[in-house]
Amino acid sequence: MKAPTDYAHLEDQFQARIDAEEKIEPKDWMPDKYRKTLIRQISQHAHSEIVGMLPEGNWITRAPSLRRKVALLAKVQDEAGHGLYLYGAAETLGAERDDLLDELHRGEAKYSSIFNYPTLSWADIGAIGWLVDGAAIMNQVPLCRCSYGPYARAMVRVCKEESFHQRQGYEIMLTLARGTEAQKKMAQDALNRWWWPSLMMFGPNDAESKHTAQSMAWKIKRFTNDELRQRFVDITAPQAEFLGLTIPDEHLKYNEETGHYGFGPIDWDEFWQVVSGEGPCNRQRLKARRRAHEEGQWVRDAALAHAEKRRQRQAAKNDQKVA
Amino acid sequence: MTLAEAKYQYLLRMGDNALILGHRLSEWCGHGPILEQDIAMTNIALDQVGQARSLLQYAAQLEGKGRTEDDLAYKRDVMEYRNVLLVEQPNEDFAYTIVRQFLFDAFNFLLHKSLVHSKDEHLKAIAEKSLKEITYHLRYSSEWMIRLGDGTAESHQKIQAALDDLFIYTGELLTPDAVDQAIFEAGIGPDLAALQPAYQTKIDEILQQATLQKPEVKYMQSGGKDGRMHTEYLGYILAELQFVQRAYPNMEW
Ligand SMILES: [Fe+2]
Ligand SMILES: [Fe+2]
Ligand SMILES: [Fe+2]
Repeated sequence: MKAPTDYAHLEDQFQARIDAEEKIEPKDWMPDKYRKTLIRQISQHAHSEIVGMLPEGNWITRAPSLRRKVALLAKVQDEAGHGLYLYGAAETLGAERDDLLDELHRGEAKYSSIFNYPTLSWADIGAIGWLVDGAAIMNQVPLCRCSYGPYARAMVRVCKEESFHQRQGYEIMLTLARGTEAQKKMAQDALNRWWWPSLMMFGPNDAESKHTAQSMAWKIKRFTNDELRQRFVDITAPQAEFLGLTIPDEHLKYNEETGHYGFGPIDWDEFWQVVSGEGPCNRQRLKARRRAHEEGQWVRDAALAHAEKRRQRQAAKNDQKVA
Repeated sequence: MTLAEAKYQYLLRMGDNALILGHRLSEWCGHGPILEQDIAMTNIALDQVGQARSLLQYAAQLEGKGRTEDDLAYKRDVMEYRNVLLVEQPNEDFAYTIVRQFLFDAFNFLLHKSLVHSKDEHLKAIAEKSLKEITYHLRYSSEWMIRLGDGTAESHQKIQAALDDLFIYTGELLTPDAVDQAIFEAGIGPDLAALQPAYQTKIDEILQQATLQKPEVKYMQSGGKDGRMHTEYLGYILAELQFVQRAYPNMEW
């Protein structure tokens, strides 16, 4: 009966390292559940980056100026890069990118629900940068101090780019808000549609959130969903005011006593509907990802076959030299 | 035709080529066969739209009517566009995309290698910056020509089919007309006809490594750069590209 005691001892040591704010590295011992939790979270994050390319990619060919086109292309490309580092971080935990992608394509893996909403006007590109990248930063800045080293380091790089995206999105909104009536209307409509889904990006209320306590103890998470959501509202409400746009929440009001903005109830039915795969664009998003993967199969096969041919030719050459 | 008019036309042609090909490549963003290639194609699209901006800004300046890069990109209709027919061809699949890119890059590389010696300082400066990018584009598209040609039976068949379809659009790349001639005589750009042997050598070299057959072409398609003709695809490209500016005219974005 030696093993269980050893295991408990290892877990204690592990927790002590976490409590001392030491980073856990790929080769270090870690509890199986810690590994699994991280693989789940990092792969969901990676999938979100990749699926997130679709709603914004939808406007690349229609961007209203060449300057905006270049900026949007670069932004969506950054998201692809984020996906790449994150799949890389998941691989340090023993997961395989191909398996993670298969889970996504089978509809088993989750990704951020926000990307299941449609982009209907150019203003949506501004609203996504401002609100969605804004909410992502709120979630991700604390992850730069996550206990798992490779994830924390990936987040440092990602957060720098996300804050650039956020400013760029806000600048699009500002241009529209200072523009013609038609442009203001477009901006307000985008805010109306993206506001509530953005608040839902922080996940269920703390009372409903099943992973929070353990993730906080492991210092994967540093703040609860509700804390982060509140911080997002506090920062974003004055920004909307500066734009001269109205946040679609009649309960939104600054509270002098608490120093926070109070806000109305979130429609959790809508949240769970989209999470369960029945949002406005869930089917289209998965279909687009699956199609890209399936139609790319022959290309990936060709690259492998060619690399193998080269290897064999090189080996044959080397043999000749020896002979 | 005055030299100023020829220069304006020449810049439009270059700018439109870069814009339309960049636009086509940008359609892949988010849908690439693998994440790394999605990023690589977006990189090339970014370079090309960036080049289009410099070229169209200069074109607008040469024209001297107070138009901007965006006026040129967003407010001209099909028959005013001066890109070659090759770059407006649809993506179809990764094989078509690579062949289109390779056939254009091989031309564009030779063109820019000459333009870095242009007597026009502004164009020379643009070409110096672009040449580095185009050198990479040509390496990328050449490598994929070889990988797909000398990959699997399926990839070989697909890329050969793309080559057979697209080769008919290579004729106008290096067939000089009055604009090219005026530019050459002024020492601003190369004698296009003189670049033909180097172009064919590059194509032959890569096709040989890729184990592909060069198509036998009786008649080349042309008319894009001199504004006589476009394929039906360009209208749809512009319908998308120009949608916002057409639906909401005279606004700042
Ligand atoms: Fe991202
Ligand atoms: Fe993100
Ligand atoms: Fe972002």
